[in-house]
Amino acid sequence: MSEPNATAKTSAALLQSRRNALRSYLGAYGFMAPAGVLVIIFFLIPVAIVLYLSVTNLASSNFTSNLAKMEFVGLKNYETLLNDQFARKIFFNTIFYVLVTLSLFNVTLALIVSLLTTHIDRSAGFLFRALWILPRITSPVVYILIWKRMTAEAPFGILNQFNEFLGQPTYNYLSTNPWVFVVVVNGFIGVSFGMIIFTSAIESIPKDLLNASLVDGSSRLQRIRYVILPLIRWPLLFVVTYQTLSLLTSFVEIQLLTDGGPGLYRTEVWSLTAYHRALSNYFGNAQWGYGSAFAVLLVMIGVVLAVIYMRVFRFDELIAEPRVEAL
Amino acid sequence: MEIRIDNLTKKFGDVVGVEDLTLHIDDGEFVAFLGPSGCGKTTTLLTLAGIYKPTEGLIRFGDRVVNTVQPKDRNIGMVFQSYALYPHMTIFQNIAYPLKLKKAPKNVQNEQVRQVANVMGIGELLDRRPGQLSGGQQQRVALGRALVKEPDVLLFDEPLSNLDARLRLTMRGEIKHLQKNLGITSIYVTHDQVEAMTMADRIAVMNLGQLQAFDAPDELYDRPKTRFVAGFVGNPPMNFLDVDVSQSNGGFVAAADSIQLPVGNERGEPPAGYDGSVVMGIRPEDITIADDGDVNGEIFVVEPLGREDLIDARVGPHSFILLADTEKQHRAGERVALKFDMTQAQFFDPQTERSLLWN
Ligand SMILES: Nc1ncnc2c1ncn2[C@@H]1O[C@H](COP(=O)(O)OP(=O)(O)O)[C@@H](O)[C@H]1O
Ligand SMILES: [Mg+2]
Repeated sequence: MSEPNATAKTSAALLQSRRNALRSYLGAYGFMAPAGVLVIIFFLIPVAIVLYLSVTNLASSNFTSNLAKMEFVGLKNYETLLNDQFARKIFFNTIFYVLVTLSLFNVTLALIVSLLTTHIDRSAGFLFRALWILPRITSPVVYILIWKRMTAEAPFGILNQFNEFLGQPTYNYLSTNPWVFVVVVNGFIGVSFGMIIFTSAIESIPKDLLNASLVDGSSRLQRIRYVILPLIRWPLLFVVTYQTLSLLTSFVEIQLLTDGGPGLYRTEVWSLTAYHRALSNYFGNAQWGYGSAFAVLLVMIGVVLAVIYMRVFRFDELIAEPRVEAL
Repeated sequence: MEIRIDNLTKKFGDVVGVEDLTLHIDDGEFVAFLGPSGCGKTTTLLTLAGIYKPTEGLIRFGDRVVNTVQPKDRNIGMVFQSYALYPHMTIFQNIAYPLKLKKAPKNVQNEQVRQVANVMGIGELLDRRPGQLSGGQQQRVALGRALVKEPDVLLFDEPLSNLDARLRLTMRGEIKHLQKNLGITSIYVTHDQVEAMTMADRIAVMNLGQLQAFDAPDELYDRPKTRFVAGFVGNPPMNFLDVDVSQSNGGFVAAADSIQLPVGNERGEPPAGYDGSVVMGIRPEDITIADDGDVNGEIFVVEPLGREDLIDARVGPHSFILLADTEKQHRAGERVALKFDMTQAQFFDPQTERSLLWN
C-alpha cells in the first residue's frame, strides 16, 4: 500500500523540480528578451540585409520600383573593392586614424587628464572634467561648426586672426594639415570616455592603499607607476578595446569637417567610404550594393578585433564569480 | 625618535579633525591614542605620517620640524586597520616595496624581506597574493612591511580591530614584545581601552578632537582627571551618581536620596567645598554585596560572565553595576546590602566635568 504511494510522491517531486528548472530557465530568457529583441531588430536584421545587398548590384542607376529586378552578382562587389585603387589608401588611412587618435587622445590624454584631476582639489577636478565632457554632449554639427570657425581661412578663422595679430603668415588649415585637425577634433571628444572610466577607477582605489604607498616611501609619481596604474589595468584594457571599435566606425565628425578631403580621399576612412558609396555618391549615383560590401568588411573586421581583444585581455575574468570571504 | 606635537590643529574645511593637541612622546616609548570613533585619532596619525598638512601647530621629530616634510622623507612605518596590502603584488613584493623605493640592491632586499618574514612567521607565504591570506596573516604582512625599512617611528591605526578575539589577544602580545625589543617609538591608535591599557606605556585619551588626558594606564585608572576619562577607561565602566557632599560629625557624607555614604577627609573635603551637587564616580569592583553593607537595594539583572557575574543593582531610582562571585549565585529580585569602598570614590564638577580631586 505504501509502495505506489511513495512512487507517486517521488514522481510528483520530480515533476515539481522539472517545473522549477523550466521556470528559472524561462525566467532568465525572459529577462534577456527585451535586450535580445533590440539586438535582433537593430543589429542582426540590418547586418543580414546589408550582407544580402552586398551581393547584388543594387544602385540608384538601375533602380526600379520592381525590386525583383535587382540582380544577384555574387562576390563581384568584393572583387571590385579589392581592385579599387583607392581602397588600399582608405584602408591605411583608417588604421592611421584609429591608432593615432586612440594612442594619443582616447587612452593617453584620457589617462593624463584623469590622473591630474584626481590629484588636485576635488571640486576643481570635477569642474575640469565636466567641461571636457561638453564636446561629447554637443551636437556634432555645432561642434564641427565651432572648429570650422576656428580653422577657417583669413580673415575669418580665429586661429588665423591670432596669426595675423602676431604678424605670422596665415594658413588654410583644413587643406594644409587636414589630418592634424581630424585627429584633434575626434580626440577631443574621445578623451572624455576614458577620462570618466579612469577617474572612477582611480577614485575607487581604497584611500588606505594610496596613503600606505606614500608612507612606504614613494613619491606621487612612483605611486602612479607602482600602485595606481597596475590597479586600473582592466579599465585601461577595456577603454583600449571599446575605443578601437568605436573609432573604427565613427565618421560623422570627419564627414562634417573635411568630408574625406581635401583632394582625393586624403582623410577618407573606411566607414565614411561605405556611407559615400552607398548613400552620398556624386550626382546622386548611390551604389547601394557596392557600399554594402564596404560595410560588411567593416563589421567583419570589428567582430574579429572584438574576439581577439576578448581572448587576449581575458575579459571573462572580469566577471568572475564573487568569492565569499572564508571565515 | 622623540616626537613633540605642539598645539596641533587639523581642520577639513569647517570640520575639526583634531584641535590644539599638545603631546610630547619620549624616544622608544609606546603611546596609545584612545578614544571613541570620530574623535580625531586617525587624523592625528595621518598628520604625523605627513599625509595631511597641519592647519596649525608644530610637529617635531627629534629637533627637526617636519610640518612640510613629505611622507617618504619621514622614515615612518605604518600599519592600517584595513591592512592596505597591494593586491597586485605578491607578499614578497609587498614587503620589499619600501626597500625598492629606497633603491636597495636586489640581494639586500631579498635578505631583509626573508628575515622580517621569518620574524613575523610568514616565511612560507612570500609567493602568495594578499587575497589568498587570512586576516591574521595579512596583518603580519602589513607589520612586516612597516618594519622592513627600519623606521624611526611606527604608527598603528587600529591594527587589530578586524581580527577575531583570540587572534587579537595573541597579536597584542606579539606587537608589544616586538616594540620593546626593537625600541622603536610607537603610536598605537585604538578605541579598545583594554588594548590601550595592556600595551601602552602612556595613553592619550581623546574625545571630540580634544586631548582629555595623557598618562600612564594605572594613573588614568586610579586618578582620572575628567569624567570622560573615568567613564571611558575601565570595563565594566565606572558608576556615576549625583550627590551632595557635606560635613558631618568631623567627617564627610555623600548623600543622594536615601543613600548616605561616609567619605574620608582626603576625598571628602574638595567636593564638600563645591556649591551644590557634584558627580560621584565609583568603579564596579569597589562596590560589594555584603551583609554589613550600608545601602539596601535590589538585584535587577544578573549577567554571567563566566569568571564572575555582572550585576545591575537598583537603589531607589539609582542603578549600580558591580561584579560578584558566581558561587554566590545571586538572582534577579534578590534584596541585598551594598558596601561602597569610598576610599576609591571620584568626584567631578558637573559643569566642567573636571575632577575635583586631581589636577
Ligand atoms: N578627509 C576628511 N575630510 C573631512 N573630514 C574628515 C576627514 N577625515 C576625518 N574627518 C573628520 O574628522 C573627524 C575625526 O576623524 P578621524 O580622525 O577619522 O576619527 P577616528 O580615527 O578617531 O575615528 C571626524 O569628524 C571625521 O568625520
Ligand atoms: Mg580611525
